[in-house]
Amino acid sequence: MKVHGSPLSTSTQRALACFYEKDIEFHFVNVDMGAGQHKSQNFLSLNPFGQVPAFEEGDLKLFESRAITQYIAQEYTDKGTQLLLSGSKDTMAVLQLWKEVEAHHFNPPSTKLVFELFYKPLFGLATDTAVVEENEAALAKVLDVYEARLAESKYLAGDQFTLADLHHLPNAHYLMGSSAKKLFDSRPHVSAWVADILARPSWFKVLDMQKQ
Amino acid sequence: MVVKVYGPAFASPKRVLVCLIEKEIEFEAVPLDLLKGEHKDPEFLKLQPFGAVPVTQDGDYVLYESRAIIRYYAEKYKSQGTELLGKTIEERGQVENWLEVEAHNFNPHIYNLTLQVMFSSKLGFSRDENVIKESEEKLGRVLDIYEERLSKSKYLAGDFFSLADLSHLPFTQYLVGQIGKEYMITSRKHVNAWWNDISSRPSWQKVLQLYPAPL
Repeated sequence: MKVHGSPLSTSTQRALACFYEKDIEFHFVNVDMGAGQHKSQNFLSLNPFGQVPAFEEGDLKLFESRAITQYIAQEYTDKGTQLLLSGSKDTMAVLQLWKEVEAHHFNPPSTKLVFELFYKPLFGLATDTAVVEENEAALAKVLDVYEARLAESKYLAGDQFTLADLHHLPNAHYLMGSSAKKLFDSRPHVSAWVADILARPSWFKVLDMQKQ
Repeated sequence: MVVKVYGPAFASPKRVLVCLIEKEIEFEAVPLDLLKGEHKDPEFLKLQPFGAVPVTQDGDYVLYESRAIIRYYAEKYKSQGTELLGKTIEERGQVENWLEVEAHNFNPHIYNLTLQVMFSSKLGFSRDENVIKESEEKLGRVLDIYEERLSKSKYLAGDFFSLADLSHLPFTQYLVGQIGKEYMITSRKHVNAWWNDISSRPSWQKVLQLYPAPL
């Protein structure tokens, strides 16, 4: 199986963390986004939206990081970490709920913050403080809900680490290395949770890929 | 147990309603007036801490986030009503793929159009023509990719109707109706055929008839 992406892309990192958790061998194909390879005809045949990552296994071609992780977690249930709750359909639905919360509540403000606080400085662009303030306020409200949730259970979907937590890794990592860290530090349960998930060996392996 | 669905007049809850009808699951719709801010009432926030619709309540079992809810009912009642998740894990992969496309590529632009064109005056802010123009352009580019995809398969995830198609119904209905940009669908041959097919499903017609839009 092949994963096409860039080690610097947060969506690629999301998919890679899942492959490492599941202990699945894959061939990584680096897409040089600086050279516009993700808009080449070749790549567009894998993902018509011209975004990374893309995934291939035989005839099956998938894109969208969260669809890839769901497929891998489901197809390879017996390998590596169990990332889906194996209990009832009700617990599975709670997992889906928190996956959606990540995608629709956590992801939009955190992605904007990562862009302003990490990528812009990286490419020598000026951070827009108004955008930072607006999105920090939005993320703070989301993290209030997380704080209440994580007071009840160790992880978002229950007492087990699942895809719902894993999907947060890339943005949480960059935010913890930025001024937005305070939003996590000021909430004890959120702070313990983020320290726990960022310490997973799978995540270190993802970060190692950036060095290569 | 009858499933309660909060906020039936609005678009995201309609994703849930049409799914429950396809799956032949009994439900009760609980109206909520978002324009009066009823979704920010403390009682409602106990059900949904983000203050958004839909919420479903099945006895003590509460869920929110429309796309989590439809996955749950499609899975729980897999052998009842229409199969909406595909038959194999590979088909399911494609359903997930195109559900994510709907959520992250299609929805943000059509949601902006809905907010700006339909709800701005009701919510007390002025229409931003630049946002409308930009959203329309970006949505057009997404629909170009749909056109290509739908020239190869009848539905988004393959040759079977699934949650990936169903999830598009509520906001596309606004697009061809209240938003007044029907041309975006009709000018694309395969997208148009797909839209005519999925929007004429009895389940969707029933939702429209039972729960008119708030505007």
